[in-house]
Amino acid sequence: MALTGVLRAGFVQIRVLEMDEALPHYEGRIGLDLVEKGEDGRVYLKGYDEFDRHSIILREADAPGVDLMAFKVAAESDLDSFEKRVTDYGVAVDHVAAGEQPGVGRRIGFTLPTGHRIELYAEMARSENGPFTENPDIWRDEPRGMRALGFDHCLMYGPNVAEVLRFFTEALDFSLVEKVQTPDGPIAVWLTSSTKSHEIAFVEHAEPGKFHHVSFLLESWNDVGHAADIISRYDISRDVGPTRHGITRGQTVYFFDPSGNRNEVFSGGYSYFPDHPTRVWTPDQLGKGIFYYEKELNDRFLGVVT
Amino acid sequence: MAEQFTISFEGSVENFSCPKYARVLFAMEKQGLSHIPVGCRGGGCGTCRVIVTQGRYRTRKMSRVHVSEDQKRAGYVLACRLIPESDLLLRLAGDGPGV
Repeated sequence: MALTGVLRAGFVQIRVLEMDEALPHYEGRIGLDLVEKGEDGRVYLKGYDEFDRHSIILREADAPGVDLMAFKVAAESDLDSFEKRVTDYGVAVDHVAAGEQPGVGRRIGFTLPTGHRIELYAEMARSENGPFTENPDIWRDEPRGMRALGFDHCLMYGPNVAEVLRFFTEALDFSLVEKVQTPDGPIAVWLTSSTKSHEIAFVEHAEPGKFHHVSFLLESWNDVGHAADIISRYDISRDVGPTRHGITRGQTVYFFDPSGNRNEVFSGGYSYFPDHPTRVWTPDQLGKGIFYYEKELNDRFLGVVT
Repeated sequence: MAEQFTISFEGSVENFSCPKYARVLFAMEKQGLSHIPVGCRGGGCGTCRVIVTQGRYRTRKMSRVHVSEDQKRAGYVLACRLIPESDLLLRLAGDGPGV
C-alpha cells in the first residue's frame, strides 16, 4: 500500500443550535443519508458515496461551531506510532474509548495550537448503505438535494498557524499544498495527507478554536449550479458563489446551515502528489486566490465564523 | 396579508415593516434594506446583534457566545433569530464580525 499513516479526513462533529432545523438541512438539502439518532441526542450522517458508516455528527449545543475533526489512519498500529510522535513533539495526547461513537474504534486526541481538537482512529464499521462493490451501479438510490458524495475537508480559524503547519508536517506527515506567505510567516495553509488538494486548512485568526466551514464533494461544476438552485429555491443563507478558487482550483458555492455554521459544496481541483512543490500566494493577490473570478474578498467571508 | 409590525431604530427616522412570525433580519433583507449588518443568518456569528429597547418579542435559540444569559435579559438579541410580537425599537450593537 503506497498511502500509509493518515489516510484522510474521516469525520467531523459539528455543534448546532436546534436539531429540528439542522437535520432537514443536512439530510434534505445537502443530501446526506441519516445513519442513526444516538441515545445522547447526537445525529450521525454520511454521504451516499462513502463506505464508512458515518462522517458527519451533529450535536445540539448552546453555541454552534466544531467539537472535533478526526482523521482515519491506515492501521491500528499507526495509533501507537502517532501517539509517540505527537507526544515526542510536545503535544499531550488523550484517549477516547472504542464505541464513544457507535461503530468507531479507539481514538487518540490532542489540541492544536490553534485551539482545535483533532483525533485519529483506525477502525470504523462499514456502512450497510455504502456504494455497491460488485458490478457496481453508480448509486443505490438517486442522490437527493445537492447530491453531496461525502465529507471532504474543513477550514479552521485560529492563532499560531505557522506552528500548526510545522506540527502537521513533522508529526503527522502531511504535505503543504498551498500557502499564503507574508514576510512574518504563513497566514493560511492548505494541508493534505492524500492526493486530495486539501484534507484540512487553517487561516490565522486571533480567537482560537473557530470554525470557518465544512466542505462536501460534488461530482461536477453542473452540480455546483444545481446546489445554488437549491439555495435560492429554499432560501438557504448564501454566502459566496458559485465561483472558483484560485487556491486548489475548486469550483464552489458557500452557504450557512440554520445554526450559522458555514458549509461549502465544491467540485474539481487538482490532484496532489508528495513530490509536487508548494504553491505560494502573496497577500496582495489573496482576492484572486480565494475567489478567482471576483478577485476580491468580502468581509463576511473573512470575518464570520462559529 | 399577515399582521405587520414596525421596526424602528433609536436616533433615526427610518423604519421597516416585519410580518408577524417573520424574523426581523429576513424581513429587512427581503425589502432590500441594510439597516442591520448581515452575517450567517443562523444565530451563530453575532454580526446582526442588536438591543431591543422597546417592544415585545421572542427569539429562536441564539449562540451563547454572542448573547449570554445576562445580555439576553438586557435585551440583546441576534436580529436573524428575532420574531416581533409588537412594534420594536432597536439599537445596533455595532460590535460584530464583518461589520
